[in-house]
Amino acid sequence: MKNRLKVLRAERDWTQADLANALAVSRQTANAIEKGKFDPSLPLAFKIAKLFNLTVEEIFFDEQMT
Amino acid sequence: MSPVKHSDTTCTQHNKSKILHLGLWTLAWLASTALLGFGAQYIWDYQPAYSITALMTHLALGVTMIMVNVKHLANLDELQRKITMDAMGITLGVGLIAGIAYEQLENIKLISFEPEISHLIMLMAFTYIVSILIGNRKYQ
Repeated sequence: MKNRLKVLRAERDWTQADLANALAVSRQTANAIEKGKFDPSLPLAFKIAKLFNLTVEEIFFDEQMT
Repeated sequence: MSPVKHSDTTCTQHNKSKILHLGLWTLAWLASTALLGFGAQYIWDYQPAYSITALMTHLALGVTMIMVNVKHLANLDELQRKITMDAMGITLGVGLIAGIAYEQLENIKLISFEPEISHLIMLMAFTYIVSILIGNRKYQ
């Protein structure tokens, strides 16, 4: 699953550590999600969406469906 | 601008303290294993009362170690938990398969000595460490 986390983070001038702290996860986890290596659980996906004031679909998308 | 959050230092310190806590309980359990193994022979000369006390202490520390480990797992974030659970699953599988095969080696006369449980524990520890390292590398 792809996502726009890197862009959203860059727009706010946040580091991966900032994002990880805001989500209460490790930096390794924030990095793996951002790179699309690890798909977050639904609660974490909603937490990310809430953090950026967006919907889950506006952040995460299936490459094959776009 | 940084998002509103708890500090990185606090998160890391919290995790380190949990790992240290787990390490201490594991160490206590290991010490009780040694005491149980060598105490009867070298300290209390096989007196049943002491042996039973040592056994009960060993079991109680074992149960506590399991509970602390469960708490530690619950405190990990979801990726860390996945890496740990994957490693545990692989270790369990390797332990079961290798343990049964190893036990059969003596029965089918491929080895002349009696299989030792400590060899299996060493294999499981090695498997767990390698699995954790591979899991962490995979999600770097």
